[in-house]
This record gives sequence, C-alpha cells and structure tokens, in this order.
Amino acid sequence: MQDHDDKQDDQAVHGRRQFLQCMAWAGAGTLWLMKGGVLQAHALDGLAGGEAADASFSFVQISDSHIGFHKEPNPDVAATLRASLAKINARSTKPDFLLHTGDLTHLSKPEEFDTLSGLMQEAKAPHTFYVPGEHDVIGDNGAEFFRRFGQHQQSGGWYSFDHRGVHFVGLINVLNLKAGGFGSLGADQLAWLKQDLAGLSAETPVVVFAHMPMWTVYPQWGWGTDDSAEAMTYLRRFGSVSVLNGHIHQIQQKVEGKITFYTARSTAYPQPAPGKADAPGPLKDIAPGSLQTYLGVREVSHVRGKQALAVTEEVLA
Amino acid sequence: MSGARAWWRALALGVAALGAGSAAAAGKPAQAKVEIKHFAFVPEALTVSAGTRVVWTNRDDEPHIVVSAGNRFASSKAMDTDETYATVFDKPGTYAYFCSIHPHMVGTIIVR
Repeated sequence: MQDHDDKQDDQAVHGRRQFLQCMAWAGAGTLWLMKGGVLQAHALDGLAGGEAADASFSFVQISDSHIGFHKEPNPDVAATLRASLAKINARSTKPDFLLHTGDLTHLSKPEEFDTLSGLMQEAKAPHTFYVPGEHDVIGDNGAEFFRRFGQHQQSGGWYSFDHRGVHFVGLINVLNLKAGGFGSLGADQLAWLKQDLAGLSAETPVVVFAHMPMWTVYPQWGWGTDDSAEAMTYLRRFGSVSVLNGHIHQIQQKVEGKITFYTARSTAYPQPAPGKADAPGPLKDIAPGSLQTYLGVREVSHVRGKQALAVTEEVLA
Repeated sequence: MSGARAWWRALALGVAALGAGSAAAAGKPAQAKVEIKHFAFVPEALTVSAGTRVVWTNRDDEPHIVVSAGNRFASSKAMDTDETYATVFDKPGTYAYFCSIHPHMVGTIIVR
C-alpha cells in the first residue's frame, strides 16, 4: 500500500502520494492535489489528518447559497447552508477563514442579506471574505452588498490580502455587464490588478476568486468573463495560480499552464452540466433524497514550504 | 393613418406629457407580450406600433431583469417566476435590451 522504504526525497513524495491515493479510494469524496499547475484527483475520506499534518493553513470556499430561493429541488436553502457550515465546523482542522464566492442571496433583498448574515455567524471561522454574484447586485449595483460584506479597499469593491505567504485577490465580475456579454472585470479593475500583482515575486502562490467563471466554460449559457484573458496575462508569470469561482453550481476544472481554474458547488441547488439541458436553470431532475450529493464545500490547504495548494471537495451527503 | 403618424411624430419631438394624457384618453393602449422562458426572450425581436404596452412575463424558475441597452427605457425590477413587467413604447426606434443577471439573454423591441 505504501512505499515506506523510499530513500530519496522525490521518491518519498511519490510514496506519500501513493499512500494518499491508496487510502483515498476507500471513501467517498474527492481530493484535488495541485502541484505546479497539474491537478491530480484523489479520494477524500481518511485524508484529513494526513493533510492537516503538513498543511500550514487551510481555508474553505462556499458559494451560491441563494438565500431566498424556495423552489424545487431545494425549498430550504437556509438549511443546506447551515448543513454546509456544520460540516466545516466539524472538521478537525479549523480553516483560517472562509471565502464565499457570491450569490449569497437570490434577489438582493435586505431580508435575504439579513438571513445570510445570521447563518454565517454559525461558522466557527474568524472571518469570511465575500465577493458578490449577479444575484447580489440587483437594483442597486451592489450598494447594499458592499455596505454589509465589502472589504472597502477600493471604490470598485475588489481587494487583495496576504495570508501566510499566499496572495489572495477578490475580484468583481458581475457589474456593468453588457448586452450579449459574459461577466466583466472592466478597465479600472484590470489596471488595479496589474498594479497589485506587480510587486510580487513569481514564487508567491496566488489565489484569485470571483463569482463568474474566469474562463469560458460554456458561452451559450454566458458562463465566462469577457476580459478574463487580460487578467491571465498578469498571472501567467507566477508558479502557482488557483482561480476559484462559483456561479455554475457544479465542479469544473481547467488547467492552463500554471493557472488552474475551479468552479465550486452551490450550497443551495445544482445546475445542469454545460449543454445537458435547454437552459442553465435549477437542476430538478435528480433522484429523490440525492440533493445533498450535489451540494458541498471546498477546502484548500496550503502545504508548508511548497507552492502547491491542495484542493478538497466535500459533498453534504 | 398619416394623421396618427404625425401625432406620434409630435410625441417624438418631445411632447411627452401630452402623449401620456392622450394615450389614456384614447383608451387602452395596444398590448404585446414577451415570454421569458428557458433563459431566452420569446420572441427575441418584437415589432410593435408606437404607443404599445409591452408586457414581459418570466416563466423560468430563475429571476430575470429587463434592462435597456443604453438606458433608453426604464429597467424592470427582478422578476421572479410568473412576475411581469410592462412599459409603453411611445417613440419609434429599435430598443435593444438584455437581462442584467444573465447578459447573454438579449432581445429587441422595434417600434414603428
């Protein structure tokens, strides 16, 4: 099961990987190990302890809680968000913080934001960073969202911070959308991003998060960001870039050089795979009782002394 | 007909207040419908005569918003399932619009 006798370092790493792999297949769930931009799938159960041992810190991504949605397949999106938070709270390794990648609410209503704020207080994490989804900026261009959940660094709402050697960038790609277009970053935000990254060494691991996918997942359904390619030109020189998005309520990945893109599950309801339905509305045709297998949270661990981040997917079921 | 045209031309010149009163006085304005279904405006292009009240109805489980490209008519609020939005198009022209939540959804109202 494990290459205990590996003497050289690289063999030891290989052995450890095999060990993880062997243990991994024993249970449900998927662990994504990223090394130098290459993504490897492993199973999840039983790994938490091992991962925790050499991780310097971890954080959890949640997304698309859609508070206010009340139809099939999930008439109680508050309960499933609560279950997601309970799952996070139950982990032996406490995340340093949470990221919510947007669509906190369904219709940007004050009472929906109230409910979301109340539920998030159940999270046993010191802080949650938010970026808005298009559902959070209806009617007021996000004024209420930014007032409640903004970092207030830049007038446009975007921000960055450094956490234990990793540079995090929260981008806004759901405002000033154009007819027929996708998500949009805009010239001001791109100029800021270029400047924000300019002083960093290429060895700095970078995590970029925004609501809409920052690569073109499926143009027919508008799943992309008009000017994300420009942002990628600033990110390409870094050894490890992870781009975390929400919006499409399912996991999709893409590797482009050293940049790996991930979309997250929703805590509320699934959406169909690209092109597998007439439209990207809520996926209702799911087996009774199986909703929770479509919902989940994502944990990202930073491994001490390495550029790689380990991305773990966890379903609610 | 030419009389009506001249009347609408007067409206287009900016006699908006008179227009509102006159349309009401003339009785119910003509009405046309756009259905929002499967993340699309149906019909995608709708041609109406000036003074027509256009009514959008959202048949999706997702909310949608009608937003004028270039802000040429008032935008709707978020429409939940089966909610409607209506506005009267007084001036001839081509009005492109989209859903600001799902901007790949586009439509056009052509007012003659």
